[in-house]
Formats: sequence, C-alpha cells, structure tokens
Amino acid sequence: MLLLDWILIVIAGWLALGLAGIAALRKTAFVARTLFPAGAALGLALAGFALAALFDTPQTAVLALGLPDLPFHLRLDGLSAFFLLVIGATGVGISIFAAGYFRQGEGTPPGLLCLEYHIFLASMAMVVLADDAYAFMVMWETMALSSFFLVTANHRVPAIRAAGFLYLLVAHVGAIAILLCFGVLQANTGDYTFVNMRAQSLPPLWASVAFLLATLGFGAKAGILPLHVWLPEAHPAAPSPVSALMSGVMLKTAIYGLLRVGFDLLGAQQWWWGVLLLALGLATALYGVVLSAVQTDMKRLLAYSSIENIGLLFVGLGLGVLFNAYGMTALSALALTAALYHVIGHAFFKSLLFLATGSVLHATGERSLGKLGGLMRRMPWVAWLALVGVFASSGLPPFSGFVSEWLLLQSFLFTTGLPDSFLNMLVPVLAAGIALVAALAGYTMVKFFGVIFLGQPREPKLAEAHAASPLERAGLVWLGAGCVLLGLFPVPVIGVIDRVTQLLVGGGIGATVRANGWLLLSPSSIDRASYSPLVFLVVVSLAVLLATALVHKLYHGRVRRAPPWDCGYPAQTARMQDTAEGFGQPIRQIFEPMFRMRRELPSPFEAKPVYRVTIEDHFWHWLYLPLARLTERIARGVGRLQRGRIAIYLLYSFVTLIVLLLVAKS
Amino acid sequence: MTLIGLFAQLLAIVLALALAPLLTGWINQWRAWLQNRRAPSLLQPYHVLHKLFNKESVVAETASPLFRVAPYVMFGCMALACGIAPTLSTDLPLAPAADAIALVGLFALARMFISLAAMDIGTAFGTLGARREMLVGFLAEPALLMVLFSASLITQSTSLAKIVETLAHQPFAIYPSLAVAGVAFTMVSLAENARVPVDNPATHLELTMIHEALILEYSGRHLALVEWAASLKLFAYSCIGLALFVPWGIAEADTPLAILFAIPALVAKLAVGGVALALIETINAKMRLFRVPEFLATAFLLAVIALLVHVLLGA
Repeated sequence: MLLLDWILIVIAGWLALGLAGIAALRKTAFVARTLFPAGAALGLALAGFALAALFDTPQTAVLALGLPDLPFHLRLDGLSAFFLLVIGATGVGISIFAAGYFRQGEGTPPGLLCLEYHIFLASMAMVVLADDAYAFMVMWETMALSSFFLVTANHRVPAIRAAGFLYLLVAHVGAIAILLCFGVLQANTGDYTFVNMRAQSLPPLWASVAFLLATLGFGAKAGILPLHVWLPEAHPAAPSPVSALMSGVMLKTAIYGLLRVGFDLLGAQQWWWGVLLLALGLATALYGVVLSAVQTDMKRLLAYSSIENIGLLFVGLGLGVLFNAYGMTALSALALTAALYHVIGHAFFKSLLFLATGSVLHATGERSLGKLGGLMRRMPWVAWLALVGVFASSGLPPFSGFVSEWLLLQSFLFTTGLPDSFLNMLVPVLAAGIALVAALAGYTMVKFFGVIFLGQPREPKLAEAHAASPLERAGLVWLGAGCVLLGLFPVPVIGVIDRVTQLLVGGGIGATVRANGWLLLSPSSIDRASYSPLVFLVVVSLAVLLATALVHKLYHGRVRRAPPWDCGYPAQTARMQDTAEGFGQPIRQIFEPMFRMRRELPSPFEAKPVYRVTIEDHFWHWLYLPLARLTERIARGVGRLQRGRIAIYLLYSFVTLIVLLLVAKS
Repeated sequence: MTLIGLFAQLLAIVLALALAPLLTGWINQWRAWLQNRRAPSLLQPYHVLHKLFNKESVVAETASPLFRVAPYVMFGCMALACGIAPTLSTDLPLAPAADAIALVGLFALARMFISLAAMDIGTAFGTLGARREMLVGFLAEPALLMVLFSASLITQSTSLAKIVETLAHQPFAIYPSLAVAGVAFTMVSLAENARVPVDNPATHLELTMIHEALILEYSGRHLALVEWAASLKLFAYSCIGLALFVPWGIAEADTPLAILFAIPALVAKLAVGGVALALIETINAKMRLFRVPEFLATAFLLAVIALLVHVLLGA
C-alpha cells in the first residue's frame, strides 16, 4: 500500500473516533480515557508515515468524494509531508494532554467535543494534502468551522460567543481572498487542479495579484498585521488543548498555504514580494511582542506571542523569496530552513505553553496573572516543563527556538550579497529589529513564568491548587522533550527540512550541513559560522557539576532555611510582589505610542485607592470600529428601503420591471 | 583540534577563573584612588570569595530548587563565555561550538536564570530587580548583537576566533563602522556589568539598585558564585572588547611560546582597560533609572548606525 493510503487511513481513523464520541455523547470517562489516547496513537502513526513520505517520491490519489465530476485530488509531496509531520507530532502531545484535561466537557458534551476535535485534526491534515482548489477550500472551511465550534465550546459565556464570531468573520474574509487567489491562478482555463495552476505562467501583474491575495488570505489565518485581532480573543476563549492546537498547528497551515502558492504554484517570483513579506513580518513581530509584554491575561499574552512568532516566520519566508527572486538558491534555502525550523519549533513550544496554562487554569480557576503566583511548589511538573517552553520561546541556547533564530540571523548576514544596491544596504539593518524582538520575547517570557510559577501565591485559594493529572504531565513531557531534542540535534532535523527546500527552491543546505559533521551545525563553512548545542550543553553542565562538586568538597554543603531577608523589612505580604501590570510598566512607558492606554489613577485622599490600566489594540480604533460603523451606516441606508408593507415592495418590483423593460427596449 | 589548542583552551578558562576577581580588585583599587579614598587590597575580592564560601548559605523558606540552581548555571555560562572569547589564542577547540550569536544567547541565558531566581522568593526587591535587569537586557542584548554583526560583516564570519584572526591580520586600518561600534560596545558593557552610570556596584540603596536587588536573597556559597560569575562576566566582556577593537597580541601561531607571550599582552591590556573603566565610573554620575532606557537606546542606535556605515561605505 502507498504511504498516502496509510495516511488516509489515519485520517479516517480520526473521523471514526469522532463518530465514536457521538455514540458515547456523555460518557466522559470513555471519551477521555479511550478515544483521546487513541487519537494520540493515530497522531504518532501519522508523524511516522509523514517522515517516511518525506524521503519518498510524491504520490497522488483521487478521492471519489465531493460533487459529481469534481472529485478531490490529493497529493503527498515533501512540503505536505513536512506539515503532516508537524500536525502528527504536535497532535500526539496535545491529544494525550486533552485525555487528562477534558473532565467536565467545558460546557459542551464531551462526545461532541471529541467529534469536533478530531474533525479539526483531520481537516488540517487534509488541507495540506489537497491538490485542487475545490478540495483545499472545502477542507479549509471545515477546519475553520470545526475550530469555531471548539473555540465556542463554552458557549454560554457571551464573551466567548463574541470571540468566536470575530474569529469566524476574519476566517471568512481570508477564505474569500484565498478563493479569489485560486481564481487568478487557474488563468481562465476553468481547471482548478494544482497541476494545471503549476503549468500556467501568469503575466507579472496577475502573478502579483495572486500573491497579494494569498498574502491577505493566509495572513488572516496566520494573524498578520492588521488581521491579527482575532487571535488574542479566540485563544483565551478556547479550552487550552484547542488553543494549543490552533496556535501550534493551525497557524502553520497558513504558512503551508503561502509556501504552496508562493513557491510551488506561482513559478517565478518578484523581489518586492519578499520585501513585502519582510516588512509585514517585522512589523507583526514587533507589534506582537510589545503587546504580549503588557498583557495581564496569561493566554492573551501567549496569543500575542504567537503573533510575534508568525511575524518571524514571515520574515524568514520574505528572505527566502528575496534570495530566490535573485536566483540565490542556496541562501534562499537557508532562509526557508530557518522558517521551517521555526514552524516545527514553535509548534512544540507554543503548544507546551498553552497546555501549561490549561493545567494552571484547571488547578486554580484563574487566567489573570494578577491572581496567580508561587505555583512552582504546588505543581512542579508543569512548572519545570513550562520552563523548557519558556526558554525555547525566548530563543535561548541550547533549546529549539535558538536554532531557528540563529539560522535566521545567519541568513540576514548574507543579505549584503544581494545584487540590488538599495536592498543590500537596508535589509541587513532589519536584523536589528529581529534582535530586538528576540530580546523582548525573553522579557515577556520572564514575566509569564515568573508571575505564574514563582514568588508567593497572590491569592489564598492558590494554596489548594492541585497538581496536573498523569496524562496531562505525559502530554507536556512529550512536547517538552520535543523542544529539547529539536534544540540539541539540529543537523538531522535540517536533513529532513532539506527535502522540503529541495522541492520549493531546488536547493538545500542539508548536504553542506551534513558534510560538516553531525555535531556542528554550520550552514556554509565552519570558518564562517558554526554552532553546536550539544557541546554547548555539555560544557555548561560540566562547569555546573564541577563547580557544585568542588564547592561542596572544598567547603561545605550547609544550608539553613530562614524567612526571606528583603533588606530586613519585617512585614512581607504576597501583595508586595511585582504584579503583571508592574512588570509590564517599563514596556508601557517605552513603547507608549504602540497601544491605546487608559489609566485611572487614585487621588491621594481616597480611602480605598484603585489603580486601573487598560491596554487596547490601536487597530480596533484605526480599522475595525470605523469599518463596523461604516457597515452599520450602509445597512441603515439599505434598511430605509424596507418599510414592512406589501404595497411598497410591490411598487419596487413594478418600478424594477418598468426600468428593465426600458433597458431591454433600447 | 590539536593538543596545543586543547592546552590553550584549558589555560584560557583557568586563567579567566583565576584572574577575573583580580580584575575586579584592580578596578576597585583604581576607583578608590581616583576618588581620593584609601584603596582596599588588590586581593580583596579573593578574601571576600573565601569568606563567603566558608559561610553557611541561608536560603529563604519559600525558595524553590530554581533559586539554588541559578548561581551554578550563571557560573557555568560565564565559564563557557570565557572559554569561547579569544583571550590568549584563536585556536580554541570550543570556539566552533558557539559563535558570536550563541555568545549573546549565552549571556541571555544567564540573565534569564538569575532574573527568574530573583522572582522565586517573592519579595518586593527581588521582582523589582528582575524587572530592571530584563529591561536593561532587552535593550543591551540587540545592541551587543549589532556590534558583533558589524565585526562579522567586515570579516565575513560570526566565529569570534575567526573575526579576531582576520582583524589582527589585516594591515592597520581604522574602520569607521568599528569606531562607532566601539562606542556602542562600551555603553553596552557598562550596562551589562552593572557599572556607573547605569548601576552602581557599590550601592545597597534599594531604590536605585539593579544587580544588587537581584541577588539580595543570596548568601554564603551561592552569593560567592554569583559574585565570581559577575567578575567573570566583566572579564569576558573586557576580553571580547579587547579582541574586537585591539586584537594585537593574541597568539595565532600554534606554539606554547606564542601562547605564553600572549599572557603579558592580555594582562597589560586588561590593566589599561580597568583603569579606563575606573575613570569612566569616577567622572560620571549614576543616571536616574528612567534615563537608562534612553542610554541603552542610544547604544542600540549607534550599533545599528555602525552596521549601516559598514554597508554604506563597505568598511
């Protein structure tokens, strides 16, 4: 049997699990203990098949589904296999966690939740397999709808319904753009298969139109500026495994779409597409990380951090397009490798962090950073694993985030070789923006981890926080291990990514990297740049162990426990710690123009002083609210036609008829 | 990797571990002299370390294991940083493991650990210090990276050893970009090592301190390790600065003699650098905390300008 058939069996298995969930609508124990772990096993199988498919030749299939005469075309090539690998491998951890997480069903019967969850997984896998516009759009919409229902699982809360509506709205704006993009790509042939689109060569203008439509459509799904507003609303509203799946995996399908259209379907690329992606990406990354640093809700913080990471991915893609447009294949492959490395790295660490917030939410019932604290002692497993995610997310060596950041910065160093004198001056300087974003991400992550897990509990009820269940821990361990392994062994991972870049730009850095040995990661030559996470880790650990052993041997290991010193202040309460607002204060001050801030300061004479600060997204006021008002005004104008009386409607028909007759006559 | 390379590598790390407190003592001595005070002994930092190691460690009741691990991690990170900075020779077996970008990541790792440890106890000063340290960090880190990028663009390499080799080999030439980058690097080093005008290493005045607030809860051997790591950090920064901007004297030939000759050159350069640092600290006043972001933003912009100067002039 072909690998593609096996993969389709896995996807069918997911659907079967969903239907089994419907059969056992309210049997929480059965759904959680049997169906979700089975889903995880299928995810593992999918990852395995996808890995095998990466090193195999492309396979195609035609499914007799859909409309008559319009079957679904499927194709499994390197690009789709890579994304299937991401979906499968991340899905394993999330499904195991979900098995321990969905205990009360979150406002929706657990069986229904199981159905939606597995349809969501299956549709994401089908999106990357689709080989014609029709199948792609059907799967894309299935993905949007199933995730909409998952986001609104707790649909009795009005705020969650509103968030879900916003998500659906942006998803559809994006879907329309993608549909139009496919319309341009088929170049009036009426044949919507990707094979046909690949064969067409569009004139530059229409190619640019298609590219812009793709950027808009996939950008809406990915959360690129200014279409990012749904992310910070939908992620906190959804149950944590769903947030993890959406942020870690679903956003990546948008990256897949952009790669598929930009590199595969559109043949030749133009340099300014790269500059556009670069500029959009950098703006998004900077905006995302600054807003992330001032959030006070832990899931909103992570949602903005996802926006930042999507921005970094777009920067990588932009560099890839830029180099490719000038025929610099090897460098284009380097930039794309950085982006694809970040795709899989982000899938792991962001899922890990979202799941960790899920455990915290379950244990404490709190999402607001201001009411958490000190959870490291109550839930050490979650805390230490979240710490791994935090390090990976901050781009610190030797974890996964650093490898992609390192590769991205390396590709920036090569931009001085661009043949355009304007670009080779400006683009290297943009690396400064990336460096700033990476450093700010560290700030945000210290805030995230420090306020939730360190310090003293800010509320008395946190003392009763219970540790995460074994299944939750297992899911977190899987994802944490992924972050560590991806960080420590970049060379084999790049060997896998090499297959994708070979397909996209016809070149790769896999051979060079392999030639330099498995221990050292060096994309061009060792003299130019090299990095070895394993040696890095071994030397630091060796120094730590040696220092520990020597200090204890030469001196002593005595430790005395005492109350905190804190400069000798006697009265110490948990409320004296920095709050999330306090931790974000320097960022609020420095980047003040980047958001809309409202502050309520107490007067010195108030008996019970209240301080409140709210941060709002500028884009609401610049773009969305004016748009909403405009729509309302137009609707009111149209509404004037509707009088609710039959006679007037008959008059409309009559007048229309007369006008049509006059037109037809002349 | 040669045997001599291995020897040079071990020597560089051991020398850094041994000399770092001496550099701190030297700077403190000069600072006292320049400020018309009686100076402590040159070996005072060693006495302090010895005293602290002998004392028992008092750990807060609310501390988690992270608090106790952090000083060791910080120490380990700084030891590696001293190992990859080309102090004596450029033939370092560890150098390919971490290039300039990884070095910046290494400093960031240490900073993040110590900031998290400071938040662990949950005292007012600890979290305050963590916030300020990260504030300094997020502006200083990209500036440092851009300084190193300017050097890498000139030498077409991000490997520190390679950068130094290329810069030292070339006939003497003043690179405008490196001159600007040098100013930025000095500003970043002052901020990163908690020096006046950004922070005062001699203060325990709660409202202004950054580094001291971070390590307020440490005592005994933990404090000793943190202090030693801080000296190592200063040592590493000094060596990187010297290697980038005054690379002469670093051994390139793979002979033990060349490496031995490099030691006096390094000591002499560090001695001059230490006096310069003491001078800067004496003639400047500490800034208000709100001015620190401006200071660091200036450093960042200067570093970006250095990069821009390089791509504009090609030098």
